[in-house]
Amino acid sequence: MKKKQQDFWLGLAFASPFITGFLFLTVIPFVQSFYFSFTEYDIFTDAKWVGFDNYIRIFQDENFYKALGNTFFMAFIAVPISLLVSLLIALLLNMKVKGIALYRTVYYLPTVIPGVAGSILWLWIFNPEMGILNTVLRYLHLPDPAWLMDPAFTKPSLIIMGLFGSGGGALIYLAALQGIPKDFYEAASIDGANWWHKFYAIILPALSPVTLFQLIMGLIGAFQIFTESVILTGGALGGPDQSLLFYAVYLYNEAFVNLNMGYASALAWILFVIVMLITVVIFKSSLRWVYYGGE
Amino acid sequence: MEGLRVPIKKEIATAGNRFKKLILPHLVLSAIGLLFLFPFIWLILSSLKTPQEIFQIPPTFWPQEPRWDNYIRTFEAMPFFRYTLNTIFLCTVNIVGQLIASPLTAYSLSRIEWKGRRFVFGIIIATMILPPQVTMIPVYIIFAQLGWVNTYIPLTIGAFFGSAFNIFLLRQFMMGIPKELSEAARIDGASEIRIYLQIIYPLLKPPLAAIAIFTFVGVWNDFMGPLIYLNDDRLWTITLGLQGFLSQHGAQWELLMAAGVIFTLPSVIIYFIGQKKFIEAGASLTSFK
Repeated sequence: MKKKQQDFWLGLAFASPFITGFLFLTVIPFVQSFYFSFTEYDIFTDAKWVGFDNYIRIFQDENFYKALGNTFFMAFIAVPISLLVSLLIALLLNMKVKGIALYRTVYYLPTVIPGVAGSILWLWIFNPEMGILNTVLRYLHLPDPAWLMDPAFTKPSLIIMGLFGSGGGALIYLAALQGIPKDFYEAASIDGANWWHKFYAIILPALSPVTLFQLIMGLIGAFQIFTESVILTGGALGGPDQSLLFYAVYLYNEAFVNLNMGYASALAWILFVIVMLITVVIFKSSLRWVYYGGE
Repeated sequence: MEGLRVPIKKEIATAGNRFKKLILPHLVLSAIGLLFLFPFIWLILSSLKTPQEIFQIPPTFWPQEPRWDNYIRTFEAMPFFRYTLNTIFLCTVNIVGQLIASPLTAYSLSRIEWKGRRFVFGIIIATMILPPQVTMIPVYIIFAQLGWVNTYIPLTIGAFFGSAFNIFLLRQFMMGIPKELSEAARIDGASEIRIYLQIIYPLLKPPLAAIAIFTFVGVWNDFMGPLIYLNDDRLWTITLGLQGFLSQHGAQWELLMAAGVIFTLPSVIIYFIGQKKFIEAGASLTSFK
């Protein structure tokens, strides 16, 4: 009994750095944020209670719908595309050819370019007049869109940029691919399975836990898109026709540029509810499509 | 005639097979590889062009007369050296904080049997999903009231509480260390802190190295944190410096590209040094058990 109690205090002591941080940087701010979402607050004067005003305003706010729509686009269109490309690249990198390690290195390399530097570089590549991309497209007599200047092409530009980071996801898929026992393929071959059967019946189920992980990480990441939008729009909030106004950008702008801390807190709470709902739905649905070997 | 035809047919077939098995994969892999290398190559090539050449239509591929002094001009055009030192300082303090705090908590969760450890672990998983925007505003207000805005404290203090991600990673690793190792020391009368410091901590080198790398890259690339907390441009990090330079002298692309190359270099070097650890850590993170 005494040992148990001793272990309790010991465990608590060792976990105290995290617990302290969790209390002061998560729990207290979490509660405060909820309170602020019912106030008008600009930091300099005291927070003023306004009831549900912020929430009512949000649902009449055009920018909110714009930012939410843009963010959903990135979450539900860009993320699946990037997962698919990661998977295809992982399948390529799983081939048994000489020098495959070198290819793996090369494919991963673009992911180490820091976000700010990468965004500046792509700003230059996408330049409609002087950019290399449109020069090549013109040379091939293909249409040369204005990319980041044309609201119809800003998000595709962002997707193209993002695809150069597929190497990261591909490596995670690759690790899972290499964990598939060889006998699975052999057994399937004996049963007369072709490539597609093997892919469908062995590879996809084996990769499903990793897909769940990457999907959730990707969705959470999509809701945080910030740096790229700020750099690519050059301070003009949201870019042409606000096509790059993302939720995190709008929230940052309301909080730290316009000092509408109360309104921004309400935006943060709506974000929280949306992210929780999406996570729960995915986890629930994953019971149907994620296959854990041996369980 | 029949006898002749068969070997020829066979030879053609093997040649076709060879193409399919040996050459085709390399063709596909290197074509896509070139595509993936392209942003890098373009960054470097653009950083070597003259101001006139960079605006040339249509753009040249190779710099006509490589201008290495763009790299020197970058340091003259903005306080790049100061930004670099500031960023390195922030990275170092954050790494130290993470290497102290995260393994302590992970140890508690994986190697001490105490009531509440499952609860704390659950919280850690939950905080990984919590969008940072929810707590960002009150945290800013707290730091502002403490007079910490425009100092490095808000950008470093969090590391000394550990991060959920790193604690999770270390916990997974520590679960794999045999219990007998600490039991033996315990019987000999060693205190828990001694077991932690002298037996377990030295075994943590691989995940700690991965965490140091992740922390470095994360702080090095961080844009939003410094943007929120640093007003004084003498405190700026490279990310803020680059953004400031872009908005003020946006036309000097060759200098922006040179700065971009210098800024990217440490991540590339670290990637080549820590390649294996990177991949291992990435893989172990996906095993949610």
